[in-house]
Amino acid sequence: MTETTVDNGVNVEALLGARAALQESPEAAKFTWRATNTWLKGTHSRSKVEGFFGLGEEQETGRSFESEGDHPPQFAAENQGPTPVESVLTALGGCLTAGVAAVAQQRGIQLNSVTATIEGDHDIRGILGADADVRNGFTGVRVNYSIDADASPEDIEALVAQSQKRSAVFDILTNPTAVEVSVS
Amino acid sequence: MTKRVPPRTTVVVVGAGHSGLAVSQRLGAEGIDHVMLERGEVAHSWRTQRWDSLRLLTPGWMNRLPGLPEPVLGPADDDEFLTAAQVASLVTGYADTISAPVHENVGVERVSPTDDGYLVETSTGPWSAENVVLATGSVRGVTPALAADLPPGLPSVHAIDYRRPSQLPPGGVLVVGAAASGVQIAAELQASGRQVTLAVGEHVRAPRRYRGRDIFAWIDAAGVLDERWDEVEDVVRARRLSSFQLVGGTETLDLNTLQEAGVRVVGKLAGLREGTALFSGSLTNMAALADLKLNRLLNTIDETVGGTGERPEPTRVPAPVLSASLTSGEIRSVVWATGIKPDHSFLDADVFDHKGAIRHDGGVTGPAGLYVTGLPVLRRRRSTYIDGARADSADLVSHLTRRLADPTRRTAG
Ligand SMILES: Cc1cc2nc3c(=O)[nH]c(=O)nc-3n(C[C@H](O)[C@H](O)[C@H](O)COP(=O)(O)OP(=O)(O)OC[C@H]3O[C@@H](n4cnc5c(N)ncnc54)[C@H](O)[C@@H]3O)c2cc1C
Repeated sequence: MTETTVDNGVNVEALLGARAALQESPEAAKFTWRATNTWLKGTHSRSKVEGFFGLGEEQETGRSFESEGDHPPQFAAENQGPTPVESVLTALGGCLTAGVAAVAQQRGIQLNSVTATIEGDHDIRGILGADADVRNGFTGVRVNYSIDADASPEDIEALVAQSQKRSAVFDILTNPTAVEVSVS
Repeated sequence: MTKRVPPRTTVVVVGAGHSGLAVSQRLGAEGIDHVMLERGEVAHSWRTQRWDSLRLLTPGWMNRLPGLPEPVLGPADDDEFLTAAQVASLVTGYADTISAPVHENVGVERVSPTDDGYLVETSTGPWSAENVVLATGSVRGVTPALAADLPPGLPSVHAIDYRRPSQLPPGGVLVVGAAASGVQIAAELQASGRQVTLAVGEHVRAPRRYRGRDIFAWIDAAGVLDERWDEVEDVVRARRLSSFQLVGGTETLDLNTLQEAGVRVVGKLAGLREGTALFSGSLTNMAALADLKLNRLLNTIDETVGGTGERPEPTRVPAPVLSASLTSGEIRSVVWATGIKPDHSFLDADVFDHKGAIRHDGGVTGPAGLYVTGLPVLRRRRSTYIDGARADSADLVSHLTRRLADPTRRTAG
């Protein structure tokens, strides 16, 4: 085997170790992610993520991240943050790109640069209730990757394909999920 | 009341398909005393769990069995593909030729460890054996959990129980799964005049012929089939991989040819909600993965034999269809071509993983003297096919023989 010193900053050994461990203890693999959201004004709100549940217990790792959401002036709003649908696009990009890096590391491919453009087509007559036949969500999502790596075009295509296959957000977007909203 | 002492034998082989028979042939050659217990007739699976038009997707030269002369057809003659009925008579003829000690119509109901081996309880009384070889095949159709949400009254059938188009009502059919069974059944149903919708998840594409020869001649020549289970990069994945999209004959059967025949190709069946089937939006990636994998296989072949062949056209991905009504009359029945599994539920031993599959290392399980055979990639990629039984049976019987030769050997209990 040739000596490779590929470093994409992903600890693949740790991930493979976790995979092996969780195959034998599926209970520890059950995670619950959590966010809170607080209305500020108009369509402007603030989301916060902190702890999560996983590996059999509550994980309070001193995490605290905030992000804001709003709508642009074209929606008669104050433009204090990205729209929630844009947050979905950034979530998809973040998930797929993380996957590209991890798969590249595992396959011994050095990445030099990775850029994705994520577009969601949206017929807003749905959310406005202007046409009952138009769905609320995206009618289609396109992602385009521009990747500079020490690998053949075919290997790069395979990276991107494998990343989609293992992506949580890609799955969330392409497959139905039961969502239950309650009031307490 | 007298309690009958179970007859004792050195090895009980459960199941008289080709895998069990190959083991029996090797045991016979070693002079090891054994019996075979078969719930139906020899080759029961080929008589009762295959559709009428089924042909093997492997060419005739891949029907080699230990103790039989090699088929007259050699690897150069690629285009003999047996029907299920012909396989049944091949396997039955084999049992006769090797004088296999088969007890037919004996269903094994429980196998449990004892102080001196195993107690094998059957529909006709118990056996006692020092060793047990499970060769019970993959006889159980697997359906996804969401099958429970089909609208009541909508007819559905698993591929293992599918026989012919007339078994289904006229009208549209949803075929779920695009491995060999799914694509073959989809083609047959479409040709019968039914509009088929084929739900496609991860799949394995292969051209029937490449560079003038049958694909299996090349796969064999490239050494792929001899890759060992303990050398395969990810054996769990290799064992789970669905079968090649292939049909016996000379024609390629893939998503492109199915679409040319009029089949509507959609994403993986991802949900059933209020009478509507929801399909995954991942079809483009599933096709891309299959095309990449196909080209890797053909690269391997080219590297082995030199030169390059003409590559199949990439999969044409149709405009996305994300749902279909199961109540509007558009789809009148469903075929689950979602895989088959072994049924080892009669085994009363701590050998199952958390998914209920038997744990084994190349067919050797944890408890002494308990073997399993006839599973995909059991000891090599070839194990997935009839042709794998030759080498697998030799390996397992040599393990068993070594064990019997050891005077200090442990027994199961
Ligand atoms: C649709 C389909 C297509 C296939 N196409 C090909 C192909 O093209 N090429 C190829 O090489 N292979 C093909 N295979 C066959 C595959 O190779 C074999 O199924 C596999 O190798 C297992 O063979 P076996 O002898 O272990 O099992 P089987 O042939 O299934 O034999 C198992 C036997 O065990 C008996 N049995 C099960 N449970 C019990 C019990 N509790 N007590 C007593 N007896 C029991 C069954 O009745 C059966 O006779 C196909 C299989 C299927 C399902």
